[in-house]
Amino acid sequence: MSDHNYTPSSKFGKWFNDRLPLLTLANHLTDYPTPKNLNYWWTFGGILTFCLITQIITGLVLAMHYIAHADLAFSSVEHIMRDVNYGWLIRYIHANGASMFFLAVYIHIFRSLFYGSYKAPREIIWILGIMIYLLMMAAAFMGYVLPWGQMSFWGATVITNLFSAIPLVGESITTWLWGGYSVDNPTLTRFFTLHYLIPFLILGLVVLHIWALHVPGNNNPVGIDIQKPSKDTVPFHPYIVIKDLFALLLFMIVFAFFVFYSPNILGHADNYIEANPLVTPAHIVPEWYLLPFYAILRSIPDKLLGVVAMLSAIFILAALPWLDTSKVRSAVFRPLYKQFYWILVIDVLILGYVGAMPAEGLYLLIARVATAYYFLHFLLILPILGKIEKTTPLPLSITSPVLGGSADLAMAKSTDVRKEKL
Amino acid sequence: MSDKKKPNRRDFIFTATAAVGAVGAGAAAWPLIDQMNPDASVKALASTEVDVSSLQPGQSVTVLWRGKPVFIKRRTENEINEARNVNISDLKHPEKDEDRAQNPEWLVMLGVCTHLGCVPLGDKGEYGGWFCPCHGSHYDTSGRIRKGPAPTNLEIPKYEFVNSNTIKIG
Repeated sequence: MSDHNYTPSSKFGKWFNDRLPLLTLANHLTDYPTPKNLNYWWTFGGILTFCLITQIITGLVLAMHYIAHADLAFSSVEHIMRDVNYGWLIRYIHANGASMFFLAVYIHIFRSLFYGSYKAPREIIWILGIMIYLLMMAAAFMGYVLPWGQMSFWGATVITNLFSAIPLVGESITTWLWGGYSVDNPTLTRFFTLHYLIPFLILGLVVLHIWALHVPGNNNPVGIDIQKPSKDTVPFHPYIVIKDLFALLLFMIVFAFFVFYSPNILGHADNYIEANPLVTPAHIVPEWYLLPFYAILRSIPDKLLGVVAMLSAIFILAALPWLDTSKVRSAVFRPLYKQFYWILVIDVLILGYVGAMPAEGLYLLIARVATAYYFLHFLLILPILGKIEKTTPLPLSITSPVLGGSADLAMAKSTDVRKEKL
Repeated sequence: MSDKKKPNRRDFIFTATAAVGAVGAGAAAWPLIDQMNPDASVKALASTEVDVSSLQPGQSVTVLWRGKPVFIKRRTENEINEARNVNISDLKHPEKDEDRAQNPEWLVMLGVCTHLGCVPLGDKGEYGGWFCPCHGSHYDTSGRIRKGPAPTNLEIPKYEFVNSNTIKIG
């Protein structure tokens, strides 16, 4: 993991480190050479770590008061809100924390898409990230079921019914997932168990994600390979630590706004009605962070194909390092990709919007066009673009465009500089 | 391939050990998997009896059976005629109304949309039957899928008339 030798200064430190090299690890993490041009889009890794720890701590506390039983869950949540000391605060942090977590992860993912962070040699980091994202969705979905409100119940019904689309064994799998013939108490207790487990699985994957990151080092806004350590890098501590902390502070202001001023704006009023298996709410909508995938599911008028399309939309991301054939990482030097990137961003936002609207008329048409474009982007545009796009010249180092006195990065890789280096 | 050495006694022992180990691991995993299937107490609630004497033609009642809603509808003459006069070849999931309702006046079916499990709303939709608000499936007066993403007709549970006023479901 570390390519430098480290000897603790104290005698005890040396004794300990010879037996368990934790101090070597700590030293590696503080000295870790980081590209000096990382912008604020790179602070979301740290913000996400904060989100995960916040969810684990608040979740642990909620589990001390919550009762996972179909007859008691709903009132135990109200008990947390009304009776438990600061229960309202802890629950609102946990509930809005999920939304903040997804907000940060979407920024993190789209940063990677813009700067090509998923490309060689960082494919494993990217795939681990997609696995974390999948587990986040599973954890969020199961967590949303626990209050046992109407949206909890019917959201669970709709999502578990997705498995019934599997030919032949679908019905048996659904019954197995439910532990009965419908979503009921057995379903609630197992969802609670899994909801408790998944964050720790995510934590394990985060360790691997960071480990895999520390092998090649960070990508950077210019997207070129750099010498580490060199004048293109700064040590992680204190430079990146302080920048991450400042960004985290700004993020916490947004977080606190939701928790204290509009704690229910991201939820649904229907979830304050206790689950009723006889009445489906007029309008079932998942949480905002799942809406684009929900729109894809509904845009296809066939049960099995709808489910296949929705899952493909997620799993296609894992193949992205091989679908994007361009050798240039950063969109800064890819004039065409940069435009398609923003079209994709708008496309996903449109999918999110129509996912919240009824699946009929114009909304359905828009959802279909946007779904088709989503797949077109990954399966057709990206592979072709890498072959035909004329990219602008890359600088030789992060510092050369700056020290060369030119603000234009494209000027940096002039033939003169190139010859000098060669 | 020709220079590959012949399997010896040790290879045999490795393979045999791995095979026995795999069977053992599978046998140990099965209870852990099967415990998630419906348990004895869930299975015990397999049937329910409903008194339908107070239903007038055109009215329906929804009862809970195995945690799922069951629609019991006493159909009007018009609704029965509508259901019986449909051209079978127009249906996505072709089933005769005669096969779905033992007694044409009484329609008994699971109130669970075959798409993703929502409860459809009665007397709604383009075919005068049921309409699922979740993803827009339309069912006719026989509970057959006519339009929308649901793949099959509303399911008919096992049921029987215990006497002229009582239906036993399950």
